[in-house]
Amino acid sequence: MTDARQALLEFRDLHKDYGTTMAVDDVSLAIDRGAFVALVGASGSGKSTLLKAVNRLVEPSSGAVLFDGEDVENLPLAALRRRIGYVFQSIGLFPHMSVAENIAIGPRLVGERLPEARITELLELVDLDPAMAPRMPDELSGGQRQRVGVARALASEPQLLLMDEPFGALDPVTRDALGERVRALHAKLGLTTVMVTHDMAEALLLAERVLVMDEGRIVADETPHALLDGAGGDIAQALVAVPRGQADRLAELAR
Amino acid sequence: MNGIWTTLLGLGDKLAAHVLLSASAIALGIAVALPLAIWASRSEAVARTTLGFASLVQTIPALALLALFFPILLSLRAVFGEGLPTLGFLPALLALALYALLPILRNAVTAQANLDPGVIKAADGVGMSFWQRLRLVEAPLAAPYVMAGIRTAAVWTIGAATLSTTIGQPSLGDPIFAGLQTQNWVLVLAGCIASAGLALIADALLGTIEHGLKTRQRVLTFGGLGAVALGILAALAVQFAGRSEDRIVIGAKGFSEQYILARLIGQRLEDAGYAVGYRDGLGSAVAHRAVSTGAIDILVDYTGTIWTNQMERSDNPSRDAMLADIIDWESRTSGTHVLGRLGFENAYGLAMPRARAQAEGLTSIGDLAAKAQGMTIGGDPEFFERPEWIAVRDAYGLRFAARRNFSPTFMYNALRAGEADVIGAYTSDGRIAADDLVILDDPQGAFPNYDAIVLLAPEAGEDERLLEVLHPLVGAIDVDAMREANFSVDRESDKLSFEEAARRLAERAGL
Repeated sequence: MTDARQALLEFRDLHKDYGTTMAVDDVSLAIDRGAFVALVGASGSGKSTLLKAVNRLVEPSSGAVLFDGEDVENLPLAALRRRIGYVFQSIGLFPHMSVAENIAIGPRLVGERLPEARITELLELVDLDPAMAPRMPDELSGGQRQRVGVARALASEPQLLLMDEPFGALDPVTRDALGERVRALHAKLGLTTVMVTHDMAEALLLAERVLVMDEGRIVADETPHALLDGAGGDIAQALVAVPRGQADRLAELAR
Repeated sequence: MNGIWTTLLGLGDKLAAHVLLSASAIALGIAVALPLAIWASRSEAVARTTLGFASLVQTIPALALLALFFPILLSLRAVFGEGLPTLGFLPALLALALYALLPILRNAVTAQANLDPGVIKAADGVGMSFWQRLRLVEAPLAAPYVMAGIRTAAVWTIGAATLSTTIGQPSLGDPIFAGLQTQNWVLVLAGCIASAGLALIADALLGTIEHGLKTRQRVLTFGGLGAVALGILAALAVQFAGRSEDRIVIGAKGFSEQYILARLIGQRLEDAGYAVGYRDGLGSAVAHRAVSTGAIDILVDYTGTIWTNQMERSDNPSRDAMLADIIDWESRTSGTHVLGRLGFENAYGLAMPRARAQAEGLTSIGDLAAKAQGMTIGGDPEFFERPEWIAVRDAYGLRFAARRNFSPTFMYNALRAGEADVIGAYTSDGRIAADDLVILDDPQGAFPNYDAIVLLAPEAGEDERLLEVLHPLVGAIDVDAMREANFSVDRESDKLSFEEAARRLAERAGL
């Protein structure tokens, strides 16, 4: 076994540009095994691009991403992606496959059949009724669909969970419940999780480490506590000010 | 109405040929379009090029596309050898498959372009390879749209396949073209009903498959596929059951006389124990090419046609000298055998109503030249392109105010209705007497001689027994007998079928 404190994920001088547009500008960063990291920034700050470089949905212009000590460029693409759970805003359930078939797709690609008991277990993990297994995606609500998306991402027992605005399209109640659920699963399954979000409140409440990105660079790397104490610089503090202001106004109203 | 039913029931062979041709063309279209669509979905440039090409093909009239494959295949013989067929099934298949390409390709490309990008992202995200993504995600999601494209292609192809009659491929176009020729609306209707019915059935079955794919109901998908397969199998059974290899195929160009003479020859051969098939409605150049290459075995052709069109001669020798030259030319260039003259001439001549000709004092083409500036001349679609017309026009200095193309049958109606003042008529046509027309004299002999002669394909020409059975035809049919037979199928009421007219003509000729 590798040292538990060794970084599971490491970005080395990562750089990505689309012609003249700089998406990621020389990012170097290590993420520890078992960490829950939130990557926060405005639209176009490069946070999504950085995330996609990990499972090679984006190929970097220069620099490298190391996953468990190995350069992802050197890993077979399909094998790499099976070791990484990926959840994103538009979910992308396969509309012609049932819930169970969607969840079992990863193992199916390598010729394995996911046992029914495991599908039941995965559905229970994301708080869904196992009776939903034979349903088709268009019979589900948005929240249920994203839960299936999370179950699908966990089916191959990944070490790393990448989430790209996972709760962006959900209503606030569902969003809160699913966020809590994912946080609990992260702990229970011993995952390393990187979540991209533009919502600082969500980042502060779920993550143990918050990275703030702006114009392709990491401008702050703090714990939620430190951010609330005013660390991280102007850009980070501008983002923190939004939920803090809302909280203050709500407290005002409640008085 | 009874006539239509009887005619419809007699179309089994044509229907089977039509089904097989259409199904093969669609299958070939699918086989080409789907890989192209996959390639196109990975490359914008390929998508633009292939769709552009398919759209361009679509703008070519189907009839022209079919005709174009004749010279294309002819030139390809340099590569594939003399065995490559230039008429019949192969060119029809290729032209129709090209035609079927566009709707399949367009729907497949559109389906791929419209796939939910989230789904594609998810497919990549879970680690699918190129082929896994294609097989597990893109193909099943695009299938209903592709099927809709195939459906459109099927309806188009079944309709356009009726035109393959003109390049010697039997189809439901045979009764349509034959009927149009003789104003036999029962034949035309029967052909239209059969081909429209076939298109509707194909559309419904393919629609069932499409619906099955869309709603993921395997019963519908496989039921529809099964029904399509059964239809094709039935057509195969009809096509190949009881077909003897040594069948004699008789060609006929697209006018009544040709249909009747083909039947007359066919009936004679059947009486002698031969199995016989017909290729009706061939264009003039196509028909000659077909007999000289053995695509058909027997054809009635005309000396003047071969002289001016195939041999490209512009001199006008005596009829015996012309025939001798033709026999020599045919045997030298292709080995085609000339059996001999049938006994009548079907020349081109300029015809007009007798009353009008008398009123204006016109007896010869020379007289006509002075009045042509105020007149409209009508001709069949080939007429104004033919060297004979050009020779006559230049010999007499004919300058008409207008010229119009009609199918041979409508040409006579046009003359009667006053839409044309003069027509390029055929001298053996029964309507010349029936409509009281005169053929204007040709004192300069600008129109060549048009003796009807029987041509045999090189191989058939060496069949002694066949020659023996056909030999009594030589000199047996005079122009009056031919006119009467032609009129019996062309007149507006009391029409005879080609078969019946052929029997009566044989009887009258003592055959």
